[in-house]
Amino acid sequence: MMRLMRLSWLILLLAALAVRPAWAQGPRPPTDDEVNAIARKLYCPVCENTPLDVCPTQACAQWRSLIRQMLAEGKTEQEIVQYFVDNYGARVLNEPPRQGFHWLAYLVPPLAILVGVAIVVQAFRAMKRPGPAAPTARSDQEALLDEYLLRLEEELRRQR
Amino acid sequence: MAETMSSPVRRSVPIWAQVLIWSALVVLLMVIGIVLNRRSEGNIQVGNRIPDFTLPLFSGYESNDQSEIRFSDLRGKVVVINFWASWCKPCELEAADLQAAWEYYRPTGQVIFLGVNYVDTEPEARLYLQKFGITYPNGPDLGTRISQLFRISGVPETYFVDKNGVLRYVRVGPFTSLEEIQRQVDLLLAE
Repeated sequence: MMRLMRLSWLILLLAALAVRPAWAQGPRPPTDDEVNAIARKLYCPVCENTPLDVCPTQACAQWRSLIRQMLAEGKTEQEIVQYFVDNYGARVLNEPPRQGFHWLAYLVPPLAILVGVAIVVQAFRAMKRPGPAAPTARSDQEALLDEYLLRLEEELRRQR
Repeated sequence: MAETMSSPVRRSVPIWAQVLIWSALVVLLMVIGIVLNRRSEGNIQVGNRIPDFTLPLFSGYESNDQSEIRFSDLRGKVVVINFWASWCKPCELEAADLQAAWEYYRPTGQVIFLGVNYVDTEPEARLYLQKFGITYPNGPDLGTRISQLFRISGVPETYFVDKNGVLRYVRVGPFTSLEEIQRQVDLLLAE
């Protein structure tokens, strides 16, 4: 009987330990850091070029409050960002979405760099390449001189 | 001699690369041109026909029990389109006058007021509507599509459209009196 009671207490203790983490993980309000981590990915709709996490306007305060509320509701970062895009347009994102016309923002700069590098490489090659005109002229002169010397030697031999 | 002095063969950029580079440059210039042109156009000009758009409406602010309102369905009526936001302090100055004007013209059935809520959050927008007792159709500017269509410069901004869908007057900033709104609406109703 005692053994049975001890076993029961042990089971109860284990059950209590198993439940404790669940209490600890209960709903807690999102921290400022969690809110700002998402706000940083968005831009103020009213001021130009001001990230949402540092914007002092009332509009941005409302948006941050909305992010906090959505986090508390268990929404993921992706869902929250998508909500803002759906409601306020892609221009609120801190980087353009990788679709349609926005691809230009990603393609044009590297293409421009590539073209620039190609032009610079081409220019360096042209500078390093030996100039063909000067050596040819020198070799022509040498050939003429050789021919002249040969003829001169032949004339001298004849006169002897 | 002539052969040896002839100009060396030049290694030029391949023709396909030249075409690619020039095409890319032309496209880039066109994009810049379009963007600059759009920016320089400013607001929809008075005298222009307003392009069609659909405004989803907040629950409780529907028009004829419809959850959205299509601008082209309003042909034959004078339309007053007001862009506002709950975070906009100047908007508060005209809110009561707009509502009073709506109540004045509503029985005639010839005028409709539309509130377009610009980059706002719904709970705060609803609080604002309740605070000023606004009852005319109101809805969010989803994706800022309507404000981009009108190319508004800020809030509040109000557009007066005649019975043929042509923009007749734009008010940038808040109205200072009910009479100011009535003057513009009466002019359009008299036509």
